[in-house]
Amino acid sequence: MPTVSMTVNGKAVASDVEGRTLLVDFLRENLRLTGTHVGCDTLQCGACVVHVNGDSVKACSMLALSAEGAEITTIEGIANPDGSLSVLQRAFQDHHGLQCGFCTPGMVMSAADLLKRNANPSEREVREWLEGNLCRCTGYHNIVKAILAAAAEMRGEKIAAE
Amino acid sequence: MPRDEAVASGGIGKAVKRREDVRFLTGKGTYTDDMNRPDQTYCVFLRSNVAHGQITRVDTAAASAMPGVVRIFTGEDIAAAGLGGVPCGWEITSSNGEKMKEPAHPILAQGKVRHVGDPIAAVVAESREAAKDAAEAIGLEIEEMGAVVNMTTAIQGHGAPVHDEAEDNLCYDWDLGDKDATDAAFANATHVTTLEFVNNRMIPNAMEPRAAIGEYDAARDQHTLYTTSQNPHVIRLLMGAFVLNIPEHKLRVMAPDVGGGFGSKIFHYAEEAFVTWASKEIGRPIKWTAERSESFVTDAHGRDHVTKAELAMDSEGKFLALRADTLANMGAYLSTFAPCVPTWLHGTLLAGQYAHPAVHCRVRAVFTNTVPVDAYRGAGRPEATYLLERLINKAAQEIGLDQVEIRRRNFIRPDQFPYDTPVALQYDTGNYLATLARALEMADYAGFNARKAESAARGKLRGIGLSCYIEACGIAPSSLVGALGARAGLYEAASVRVNPTGSVSVFTGSHSHGQGHETTFAQVVADRLGIPYESIEIVHGDTDRVPFGMGTYGSRSLAVGGTAIVNAVDKVIAKGKKIAAHLMEASEADVVFEDGQYKVAGTDKAKAFGEVSLAAYVPHQYPIEDIEPGLEETAFYDPKNFTFPAGSYLCEVEVDPDTGKIEVLGFWAADDFGNVVNPMIVEGQVHGGLVQGLGQAFIENCVYDENGQLPSGSYMDYAMPRAGDFPSFEVDTCVTACTHNPLGVKGCGEAGAIGAPPALVNAVVDALSAYGVDHIDMPLSPQKVWATIQAAKPAMAAE
Amino acid sequence: MYNFDYVKPASVADAVAALQGEDAQAIAGGQTLIATMKQRLAQPRTLVDLTGITEMQGISVDGGVVSVGAGARHAEVAGSAEVRGAIPALADLAGKIGDPQVRNRGTIGGSIANNDPSACYPAAVLGLGATVVTNAREIAAADFFQGLYTTSLNEGEVVTAVKFPVAAAASWQKFEQPASRFSLVGVFVAKVEGEVRVAVTGASEEGVFRAAALEQALASDFSAAAVEGASVSSAGMIADLHGTPDYRANLVKVMTKRAVEAMS
Ligand code: FES
Ligand code: FES
Repeated sequence: MPTVSMTVNGKAVASDVEGRTLLVDFLRENLRLTGTHVGCDTLQCGACVVHVNGDSVKACSMLALSAEGAEITTIEGIANPDGSLSVLQRAFQDHHGLQCGFCTPGMVMSAADLLKRNANPSEREVREWLEGNLCRCTGYHNIVKAILAAAAEMRGEKIAAE
Repeated sequence: MPRDEAVASGGIGKAVKRREDVRFLTGKGTYTDDMNRPDQTYCVFLRSNVAHGQITRVDTAAASAMPGVVRIFTGEDIAAAGLGGVPCGWEITSSNGEKMKEPAHPILAQGKVRHVGDPIAAVVAESREAAKDAAEAIGLEIEEMGAVVNMTTAIQGHGAPVHDEAEDNLCYDWDLGDKDATDAAFANATHVTTLEFVNNRMIPNAMEPRAAIGEYDAARDQHTLYTTSQNPHVIRLLMGAFVLNIPEHKLRVMAPDVGGGFGSKIFHYAEEAFVTWASKEIGRPIKWTAERSESFVTDAHGRDHVTKAELAMDSEGKFLALRADTLANMGAYLSTFAPCVPTWLHGTLLAGQYAHPAVHCRVRAVFTNTVPVDAYRGAGRPEATYLLERLINKAAQEIGLDQVEIRRRNFIRPDQFPYDTPVALQYDTGNYLATLARALEMADYAGFNARKAESAARGKLRGIGLSCYIEACGIAPSSLVGALGARAGLYEAASVRVNPTGSVSVFTGSHSHGQGHETTFAQVVADRLGIPYESIEIVHGDTDRVPFGMGTYGSRSLAVGGTAIVNAVDKVIAKGKKIAAHLMEASEADVVFEDGQYKVAGTDKAKAFGEVSLAAYVPHQYPIEDIEPGLEETAFYDPKNFTFPAGSYLCEVEVDPDTGKIEVLGFWAADDFGNVVNPMIVEGQVHGGLVQGLGQAFIENCVYDENGQLPSGSYMDYAMPRAGDFPSFEVDTCVTACTHNPLGVKGCGEAGAIGAPPALVNAVVDALSAYGVDHIDMPLSPQKVWATIQAAKPAMAAE
Repeated sequence: MYNFDYVKPASVADAVAALQGEDAQAIAGGQTLIATMKQRLAQPRTLVDLTGITEMQGISVDGGVVSVGAGARHAEVAGSAEVRGAIPALADLAGKIGDPQVRNRGTIGGSIANNDPSACYPAAVLGLGATVVTNAREIAAADFFQGLYTTSLNEGEVVTAVKFPVAAAASWQKFEQPASRFSLVGVFVAKVEGEVRVAVTGASEEGVFRAAALEQALASDFSAAAVEGASVSSAGMIADLHGTPDYRANLVKVMTKRAVEAMS
């Protein structure tokens, strides 16, 4: 079996994998980082979104071996260094942007990528960015609100959580 | 802490942030598939790819010899072990007194397959991929039989029936209401409006696919099942007693974090019974996780009614009677609650918010070679609301009344409560004019015509649609549902354990899979006990820890489960009073409990809640002759009636006549859920429900072809609503408190899914009314809307 | 998924060599192929990952030609200032493929080599009259697409770049299939090299095609009215859950009209 090595949440990791091992299975099974979820088999739900070299990608549609040498960040790796919730994570809590929590890691990782590219997105831009993330619980309303609030806070503005 | 502060930190009415969020936001949730048990194996089911057929060969020899395969089970193994089939929890009696047809539902197919996805064999292997490889290598031959798909032809009994015991594929033929009175009212009507429609089949699509791990501890003769369930005790009861013959004390069922349910995780499924049983057979834990494409053909679907409805009116537009005739799809087997959905959860809601003198409803349930159909968010009530609210708009269109005015003329007025409907319910309270007024105000209904003109100037068709729903929640008084065919009680249980230093652990039979019970139930207890919210823990989802439970569905958790908690808390308070009276040397009758303190009325003597609980566990100075030490109470609460949330929804759309594409421009929801414990969570429930309802109305469509294949069997063809499909919503609540539970709550989880579909369809029909369109079946896909406009255009030109 | 051997060559030459192996298959971003393999509908013995090849990367504009490396991800094309400056419609098209995560992985080379009848890129390649560059030759767009999932690529031949002539004006109009969000119908209209081209994806059972009737009508009168007057036949158009042939034919006209309006 070939070996793959990469950096996951700042830690160097290496493991034997099959050619067909998906990045998401490598994270969940080999590293037991189960925050990255699998919600579909057609690349559409986004429950599996992680960052590969800073870009959000669907870990269910990438081979672990393709990530050789990459820097991977998962939901387990985005809290503040002291372990407290990041601005974006906290905005999801403050604005009730999650219910069952299953889509949440993918939503957060996807939104983090958006805010890196666009510090001041409009509501339309947020909604369109989330095209690849399905949520069955929230109706998206509060997810969008949370992302807009996090963007505002990161720009130094403050939006009341009602 | 004084009560005010306790409430400030998390009492009733506060938008307390959810405590469950931290684990989900950091990737530390524990969903079933996140768990691996030591020495675990993996299971993959070989499923039928034909809808209806006789299995002529299942050859597992080669597959069994493949690397990594532990064992392959077929229907023969299940039969040899004498396992029961998947049971049905509700029996409907037909109008002629006959019991419904209840064919067997085997764990693995016995000779025949009856829908695409029906399990035939189960491969247990060292890895998922090894199991899949082997499943593919099983020699399988099925002699295809014609598939029964269309309900209308199915009941005519052409071709081979789905089940031999139901030759005409009819499960039952049921009715409700006074047929003679209804017929008489129709005979005297000035105007009759008729609507024939399809309530489209839905695939639930909780984002977490179902999963189950079975484990057997031979040393203790103990079974454990981890499963994605909304009601672990119900699974323990059904699976233990009816399928596997395992007594409750030898079977533990745990539903850890569950990624959404919407009904689909209420039911007992074959896969969880299989892994539980087979883990003992092979002596190792077995894990099964559905792939999404598997979820499409195994999770119970929702809705799927074909209905003819008629409304009789007088010259003023007053309703005289309503008549409905429905074919309800049961799919290939009866899922857990399937028979009650189109009957007692549908027929009984047909009065809506209106004072109908007479209603009659007939429902025929039909077997087809499709996935079983059961409760899906709203369950029966969305179908009833859609029937009524579409019919009323069509009636308004026909007699030239505004959609608001026709409803106002027919509403049950606030002074008519409690109100007995002609379809067996008693509404305890409500104020339909208030929710309607609030919705009209939020939506600026009065300004609609100006907005429509603005759209028209851009070549777009604008429409606004109203829907006024009612639902029956808080299911349900056990004696009542027992009389209606339920094979279980529908109470709820809770234990409140006060720990020696005054912190509280609450064990609830309700199950949270997104609803936020860990937060809201703690708010309720904090409020009742006047102690800090932070010192209360909510435990759920484990049959070994929670005394009993009927689970979470039908928007029942707060109304029924919450009341059980309140009752257990009240028992704690009552016992505490005895202890406090002893400690303060006062008479029990003089002790009052206020703000987290036991006080002797009229004195400044007081004992804090924590002091009394400590005394209960360190009973040095204690009324030991009268009461036991300890402070822990259990309550079972059986509701006195259903609760009746109701509301008014308005939806505004713009239709692009060139493409048929609908844009939802605004949605306004005014709901009456009774008292609200956590407004933030209630709003979130409404938002989610709305998108499921809107999804059904304009985008989601489960399609079977004539061979019983499912072309919409993946997200490539089954359209899921996404963030970009909607604007933000405006939601608000108006309160009439429920009169028969101590919290005055009604339930909020399903409202959106119930009220939204007719609002959207009414809006689109309104937008197209210039073309003479008076109905379009859901979902209002662009091509359907476009084709409707195309068909209407020549008709318009000819006029 | 069936198992396979995985290789990740660093040069086009090594990739071509690796693809000589029995049942070897190239994979780029994998945004289609991995889903196909999960369904066990493809069974390569060796998977040759093209994403490590630097000579297939990069975007440049030179002498009226936009050259896009086959390994360019959709997000790169969408975000490229050069592309946006030269052919904004091409950047638009890339920015509307799939979703942000798919755009972060999927590549132009992978998309056109797969030639899905509903994919977006083929419309731009055909609509602009681009040239497909491979390890062996240059292929005109008109010769490259050969119907459903079929191209003129030989066994083991690898697309290395696509060269787009800069258009005087162009517009991409996509009507999404509600579930997959692929093109139910997508129309790429370009005024390029002295002619009007209308390339359509998502509509035909034969895959991407040029709508001759619309091109003729627009050649003499580049206006929405001209589109209105032209007739688009529904013969040979896809019929599925989401659209009848008639509906697709209508969308071809509506989307073309919108493109013309956007360009006027
Ligand atoms: S698991 Fe659904 S997109 Fe990756
Ligand atoms: S919170 Fe449940 S799927 Fe999004």
